[in-house]
Amino acid sequence: MTDNSPILQKLRSGLWDDNPGLVQLLGLCPLLAVTTTFVNGLGLGIATLFVVTCSNMLVSATRTWIRSEIRIPMYVLIIASLVTCIELIFKAYMPALDRTLGIFIPLIVTNCAIVARAEIFASRNPIGASMLDGVAMGAGFAALLCAIGAFRELIGRGSIMANLDMFFGGDPQTGLVIVDGGFLLAILPPGAFFSLALAVAGKNYLDQRRKNAPKAGGRIHAR
Amino acid sequence: MMAGEDKQFAPKVWASGLILGALAAICTALVAFTYSVTAARIVANEQAYLEQSLAPLLAGIPYTNNLSESTLIIPPPHELPGNGPAIVYRVYAGDEPVAALFVVTARDGFSGPIKLVIGIDTSMSITSVRILEHQETPGLGDLIEYSKSDWLTQLDKTSLQSPSRDSWSIKRDGGVFDQLTGASITPRAVIKAVKATLLYFEKHRDSVFAVIPPPQDGATE
Repeated sequence: MTDNSPILQKLRSGLWDDNPGLVQLLGLCPLLAVTTTFVNGLGLGIATLFVVTCSNMLVSATRTWIRSEIRIPMYVLIIASLVTCIELIFKAYMPALDRTLGIFIPLIVTNCAIVARAEIFASRNPIGASMLDGVAMGAGFAALLCAIGAFRELIGRGSIMANLDMFFGGDPQTGLVIVDGGFLLAILPPGAFFSLALAVAGKNYLDQRRKNAPKAGGRIHAR
Repeated sequence: MMAGEDKQFAPKVWASGLILGALAAICTALVAFTYSVTAARIVANEQAYLEQSLAPLLAGIPYTNNLSESTLIIPPPHELPGNGPAIVYRVYAGDEPVAALFVVTARDGFSGPIKLVIGIDTSMSITSVRILEHQETPGLGDLIEYSKSDWLTQLDKTSLQSPSRDSWSIKRDGGVFDQLTGASITPRAVIKAVKATLLYFEKHRDSVFAVIPPPQDGATE
């Protein structure tokens, strides 16, 4: 596969160039609220990935029915049903994670990144492309949740990947404890804003550097 | 012009309604299917979680009943902390009551209500106390959580006789219980709620155990 294959391009767009959290700054409420640990970010990230992929597929499958005057109720109906399903699945198979994420699972309904994908992409494109778009955008959002979760957990608690058992079952795990305790601010709400700001600034810095680099170097970075 | 638009408008509304209705039916079917697949597991998880979180509160007192089936709900108004209904899990060894677990809400925490469960055995002393839900400040008030500090354990084995009734408060208020550095409102609320629950149990012990649930096998609501 080359750099220009549409699948890779789409994935790159979701993960980096048009990342829903980092560039479009959508879905910030759950992003800022749950990312106190890596496992929380991973849980909500995967739930969101699932919802956005399925909602893109359903919206795309019904796109010939969609009339502009009722499109928003249709999106809401589809997204709300999918979120209810995933909430039931979490309660049944990952109860501990469901308790930690709490209200933020049902609140995926209000994640504007998902409605945005339905409106901008899925309602105008065939199922396959819409599914890929959902995977790419969902993965970009999930990756950002995981990164900010890992960063805040590391700074705020001095551990990394604690409580992975909430996701995979088994005995409680402390994760990799680097120092005992940490800089509390990182897991308080201000820490969420600081972390997101650092992430956005970091991305802009990297993009800027790539832009200023000579053309040949830019190609390498682009990979 | 207007008449023409009106003629167009009615069928359009009907079509939109039908489309929305059909989509709603599909979505409902999807949710109903997921529910039917997961329902049994969700109930089992909830019961297991309840047992798993309540059993350690009994400090090893042997019991024989299923805690989720011996629930007593005390509707407001009652003298327990909190405005809503209070839940009591009654614990029996055979037919003999051995302890009660009170789920109550302290409404005077630093930020929002603190939900806690208080285990009291039938000799009127505390077996254990745990915090179920709270929104206290991380790093300060949240040290009331058992997983974050051993502050709660000072309540184990206490009763209204030891320490004496007048000393049931934090040290800053002239009592015997340790407070938390930098946070006194949260511990004060917890101690107050525990004391109120002890007083309630002392006064209403017989009515708490009054209706002994009939032994049922696997019948749950």
